[in-house]
Formats: sequence, C-alpha cells, structure tokens
Amino acid sequence: MTPPVATCPVTVRIQEDDFDIAREIALLTKSRTDIGAVVSFSGICRADEDSANIAALTLEHYPGMAEEEIKRHVDEAISRWPLNGVTAIHRVGRFMPGENIVLVLTASQHRQAAFQAAEFLMDYLKTSAPFWKKEESATGTGWVEAQARDDEAAARWTKS
Amino acid sequence: MKVKYFAWVRERVGKAEETIEPPPTVRTVAELIAWLSSQSETYAYAFEKPKVIRAAIDHAHVKSDAAITGAREIAFFPPMTGG
Repeated sequence: MTPPVATCPVTVRIQEDDFDIAREIALLTKSRTDIGAVVSFSGICRADEDSANIAALTLEHYPGMAEEEIKRHVDEAISRWPLNGVTAIHRVGRFMPGENIVLVLTASQHRQAAFQAAEFLMDYLKTSAPFWKKEESATGTGWVEAQARDDEAAARWTKS
Repeated sequence: MKVKYFAWVRERVGKAEETIEPPPTVRTVAELIAWLSSQSETYAYAFEKPKVIRAAIDHAHVKSDAAITGAREIAFFPPMTGG
C-alpha cells in the first residue's frame, strides 16, 4: 500500500459575517493525523491609529480579483512550504474597534513552515490583495494610506 | 472595455464602473490614464497623481506600461490597505 499523499485543502472566503477561529481550525484539521502545527493569525480593528481615535473602519474590496489574488499567493505559499492546509478569510463592511477583520490559518507537519507561510500570506494580503480601508474618527473620514513598512515586509520574501 | 474604480479613485471619478471606447492610439495603461484625464476635469482630478494609481487588467495587477489590447476589464485604484 502506498502512503497517503499529503493534501492541502484551501479555503479562501470574503464575507461580511464574523468568523469563528476555533471552528475554522477544527474544519482544517478534521480527520487529519498528518498535521502537527496550525498557525492562526487574526487581524483586528484597532481603536488607535497614529494617535487618532478610530470610531469605525470600512473595508472595500474588488470582488472577483480579491479572491483570485489571495488564491495566487496561497498557491505560491504551497509551492514554497510543505503545507497541509490553508484558510484565508477577509471580512468586508463596516467594523468597530475590537472586531475581527482577517484570519489566516496555515497547517503543516512542523511549526516553521506554518509560521513562515502565515507571515508570507499576511504580508501579501496587506500589499497586494485589492482591499481598501476607510477610517472614521472624530476629525472626519479618510482613506488609510499604504505604509512603506508593509511593502518592505512583502519585499523580503522576494529576496533569495 | 469595462473600467472599474475603487476607494478614493471611485469617489473622485464619481462612479464605480463604466464602459469606455478609447481610440486605437491608446495602447497602454499609462496612455489610458492620460486619455481619461483629457476627457474632463473630474478624471484629471482622479488621476492627478498617475504614479500613485495602481491598475489591474482582467483581475491581475499590471504596470503602467502594460498593453490594454484585448482587455475585458481594467481597474484603477490606490495602493491597497487590506489585512
């Protein structure tokens, strides 16, 4: 009998509803005995941005391209690390401080691949997936500007 | 071809999408931005800093020198801030 080939199920969703981290991890690891590590990253709406008080955050996306762009980077992560499962969920709509915005789960046999792939995916989610944040504060509303540090974080994955 | 706008580009243009027919002399993304900017002050305002504007053709990121020939859908938007 040949040993079972490691499969890497991929879930990419964009939704208005909140996600349940425990449920998503359970779905990813259900009936699997080959997974030794799951890394979970969640991005949460902060109340404080550059000393301004955020009342709410609105997330806009490019339907169709957003899913495709995330999947392209998930495929790249799968080609770079031995992954046994990936879940990426990005919420859109209007959020209050403390609310979940994004979830990335990476599963692998060992922790290093899971940690690195989760970081890789988040760096590209921030700089390349077509989502835009608009902030509401006491002083008005405005589009969040892209940060050079996010581009630098993503660029390190292209260095050999 | 269909053109879509997002975030503050959408707000400045005043619409989320439209169908346009640029002349055949408009061959690249940069030339399309220049042509749109020449159409009205609204577009000129939306594209006043063309280097800041990102573009996608048929759901894939492209650079400003990318050819628009055969494109079904072109999107213009500011740098992304998701995650």
